[in-house]
Amino acid sequence: MELKTLYREIVNEHNLHPEHKHDLENPTMVLEGVNPSCGDDINLQLRIRDGVIEDAAFNGSGCAISQASADMMIDLILGKSEEEALRLAQIFMGMIQGTATEEEIEELDEAAALQDIAHMPARVKCAVLGWRTMREMVEKLEGE
Amino acid sequence: MTNSYREDFPILLRDDTIYFDNAATSQRPRQVTEAMRRFDETCNANPMRGLYRWSIEATEQYEQARSDAAELIGAADSREIVFTRNTTESINLAAYSYGLNFLKEGDEIVVSVMEHHSNLLPWQMVSRQTGARLVFLEPEADGTLTEQELLSKITPRTRLVAIGHVSNVLGVTNPVKRIAEIAHQNGALVLVDGAQSTPHMPVNVQELGADFYAFSGHKMLGPMGIGALYARKELLEEMPPFLSGGEMIEYVSRESATYAEIPHKFEAGTVNASGAAGLSAAIHYLKNVGFYTIRETEERLTARLMKGLQELPYITIYGSQDSKKHCGIVTFNIEGCHPHDVASVLDSEQVAIRAGHHCAQPLMKFLGVGSTARASLYFYNTEEEVDRFLDKISKVRGWLGY
Repeated sequence: MELKTLYREIVNEHNLHPEHKHDLENPTMVLEGVNPSCGDDINLQLRIRDGVIEDAAFNGSGCAISQASADMMIDLILGKSEEEALRLAQIFMGMIQGTATEEEIEELDEAAALQDIAHMPARVKCAVLGWRTMREMVEKLEGE
Repeated sequence: MTNSYREDFPILLRDDTIYFDNAATSQRPRQVTEAMRRFDETCNANPMRGLYRWSIEATEQYEQARSDAAELIGAADSREIVFTRNTTESINLAAYSYGLNFLKEGDEIVVSVMEHHSNLLPWQMVSRQTGARLVFLEPEADGTLTEQELLSKITPRTRLVAIGHVSNVLGVTNPVKRIAEIAHQNGALVLVDGAQSTPHMPVNVQELGADFYAFSGHKMLGPMGIGALYARKELLEEMPPFLSGGEMIEYVSRESATYAEIPHKFEAGTVNASGAAGLSAAIHYLKNVGFYTIRETEERLTARLMKGLQELPYITIYGSQDSKKHCGIVTFNIEGCHPHDVASVLDSEQVAIRAGHHCAQPLMKFLGVGSTARASLYFYNTEEEVDRFLDKISKVRGWLGY
């Protein structure tokens, strides 16, 4: 997808009118994810009960790609089990690295639009910030 | 208006790309790449040591580059030029060799908030290791350093003032000559980071009063991997070597060594001779164009660029609103748009600008922003490019959903 089309059709909406950008009531976990070099900053909040992500939200500031990617991620992981969320994160990372299959990428729904970011090395870390933060939180939980 | 210099730059003729990232690196004319190729194809041999013709020629070219660099910045003696990889290495050389050995607890090192990290981190290191204190010059909102600020921060405790000649973010030219006067009155030395000034203006280190002066070849039409540190001869003679090893010795025994004469004692290992040949060619090219033409072209283009940006109400330009005070560097933000998104959508329109903190995070904090977009011009840019750039800039908010 051409970059301006990607912004127009997907990124702008999630950046300017994010559905999940707010504070969560009673989160069970909160983690700050940052990209120090570009100043992207995401405060990811999860409410996990019995291994299921009951609710999720984020706050933060940064480029449109980082904020939109986090918003799309939450669309995907809401109501999913921890394992399923980690599996989706794995697919997303694989998509960015160019190793995920087409069927896998389809599972990412709108977030699949970000696959061309793989060709823009400077923007990769913006796209994965939310996913990286979520994976760290869930892995920590599973390690406990 | 056409710009006949463009014919010399193959990369500029490739396509319609608007290259406005000249403060990061400049493009190289054919004359430079040909000089390097000529070196490789006619006299490539290890300079300084050979007793045969190719090596002697390589040495001559390398030393010619040193003379050219010395003349360019008005050094009294070509031995005052030490070749390095770039400005960063030049400043590190001064910090490790001069800073660590001559500064001590109770001394003060004065830097400005505007410094590129290259002229800040080496002094932070010196401060940590010697106990010397870092003192910051705080500019006015437009980047100006006032006389009062200089007089209040540069004191008898100051041993060194490390100052950028031209800010890589605001484009403002600092009053280096006045800073040197005040520093010298207080018994301090002055190191000038000339990375952003050397490509754009005539420099005379003796007139400026610079005790150290650092610059890079790649920002002034030369190749990457060659830069220089100027230092007054007496300083270089007193300073210990920065790196040690080959090509910097006079005599070596099992336990000790005596070092070569300056500047060779600071140039350990095989040097970048083809890079030096390229730098020579770059200096000749710049002299042929002339700094008057360079300045005149940049001022004309910057005025047009800033006027166009100032007409868009959602754009903030940092630093002076006077285009003559920008040295071709215009740093800005578009309301509501992150600079990385701005740079990415412009890239898809074949426009190359820089976005981010520009290796000047303390300045970003001073300006109250996380990051900014920066367009930086050089004499081979054109009014047509500026107009096309402004047209695209006016569409960015639309592309980003506003």
